[in-house]
Amino acid sequence: MKLTSDQIKHVAKLANLPLTPDEEEKYSDQLSKILEYVEQLNQVDTSDVESTFNVTGQSNVMREDETTPSLSQEEALSNAPRKKDSMFVTKGVFEEQ
Amino acid sequence: MNNYEPIIGLEVHVELNTKSKMFCRCSADYFGKEPNTHTCPVCLGLPGALPVINKQAIESCIKIGLALGCQISKKSLFERKNYFYPDLPKGFQISQYRWPLCINGQITLDSGQVIRINRVHQEEDTGKLSHRGDVTLVDFNRSGVPLVEIVTEPDFRDVESVRDYAKKLQQLLRYLGVSNADMERGDMRLEANISVHPIAIASKASPWRLPDYRVELKNINSFRFIVAAIEYEIKRQIEALEKGEKLLQETRGWNEDKKCTFLQRSKEEAHDYRYFPEPDLPEIEIQNSDTKKIAEQLPELPWSKSKRFADEFKLTATQAQILSESKELAWFFEETVKHGNKHGVSAKEIANHLINKKTDINIVLPVQVIEELKGKRVGIIENKEELEELAEQAVKKNANAVLDYKKGKEVALQVLIGAVMKLSLGKADIAKLKPILEKLLKS
Repeated sequence: MKLTSDQIKHVAKLANLPLTPDEEEKYSDQLSKILEYVEQLNQVDTSDVESTFNVTGQSNVMREDETTPSLSQEEALSNAPRKKDSMFVTKGVFEEQ
Repeated sequence: MNNYEPIIGLEVHVELNTKSKMFCRCSADYFGKEPNTHTCPVCLGLPGALPVINKQAIESCIKIGLALGCQISKKSLFERKNYFYPDLPKGFQISQYRWPLCINGQITLDSGQVIRINRVHQEEDTGKLSHRGDVTLVDFNRSGVPLVEIVTEPDFRDVESVRDYAKKLQQLLRYLGVSNADMERGDMRLEANISVHPIAIASKASPWRLPDYRVELKNINSFRFIVAAIEYEIKRQIEALEKGEKLLQETRGWNEDKKCTFLQRSKEEAHDYRYFPEPDLPEIEIQNSDTKKIAEQLPELPWSKSKRFADEFKLTATQAQILSESKELAWFFEETVKHGNKHGVSAKEIANHLINKKTDINIVLPVQVIEELKGKRVGIIENKEELEELAEQAVKKNANAVLDYKKGKEVALQVLIGAVMKLSLGKADIAKLKPILEKLLKS
């Protein structure tokens, strides 16, 4: 099953990846092959099997509502490529009108 | 205008008042704190960090569900809601979609109309963005604070019932003690889905159908704004339909300065969230016995209390409603009634007094209200000179209370008011006495 160019563009957009036309072509091939590979699983009859979302078999793993100290402001910001007024700087996102 | 019917559904986000965040042990008390001082690898979305569920948050969410008459799910899962936005460090929000904690509830408005609750689910709040020119700054203190989303069916037909619903919900959340539900601080945020259709067509359609579009009004943080925004939106949509325009699915915001809604996002850019179960969090199983335990912790709910006040104390519906407005006032009223019983002061008399005099329950004690009411019968002291003399005597006899007051302990004022009441045999007018005492203490 070959993915269409539109499908590749859609997936790239959802993944926030800008692709060149060459890359679109390249990934379209690669992704299609990956999907084909995974599609082999469809040969197994799973009609009587419940979906598994978690392989640990655990449930109700929770903690009490207690606090512990957070990272210092310096530590929290230490990996930020850009910072200003003790905040992370990102590209501007849509402003209200 | 009357040929159209608005159809409104509400989504309310509520920040819980837990000590720690939803999935990590950072303090959730972030309001007004220095930016990025309440974070850790989990709520910063650093690679490899693993979330752990806050038990208290789950209980609070179930409490809200139970109070709204919801069914509590036996099995509930968290899911990832995937989208890119700078306030979301992980690239997804941990939320609930197919397996919410609570479903199918309802709430009855003052008008008697029943609003169906579709779901009450648990999720996490996002970071806070500040837009500065061409860049956006991010503070992650709020990231991961427990957030409950309460979603109604599209059952509202007018803006009054929306207001009533939002107020009732706020009152309920405060009664339950699960959130401060302060709109200005963002503890409670409203979103409305609005569409309108011509009544003539709607009544003929069988089965009844929703219009094929809806406009989402997002992140509105006051009762006044939500009412204004919905009213504006209904008018805008009717005008568009009258002109024969086709209305589209879109997200709009409210501009308070210009008093109008504005386009934020149209359908073409609609999100594709690709929800899937959060693999890092095991499922939640809720036994009937767990639900029962939580149900037993529920306080008397505001509407039950109001009804009981009316029945038990022979109050009017309005009086009962005013006195049960907050848990604190309701408690004060009932305590006063208990004292009143011992002194032959009726509940009705107390209710009238509390409502008409707008008694400040933070200053006065229930027993003082009774003393005042008893005093009233034999002649209340309202005279300024007499009150000043009594105040001076009380101050002389209670040097410690005066010291406490000067140290900033407001409660010391109560001790002094009590002393004056004792001296005056309960006849001093507390409302007039209070400023006199305060003036004396400040001199």
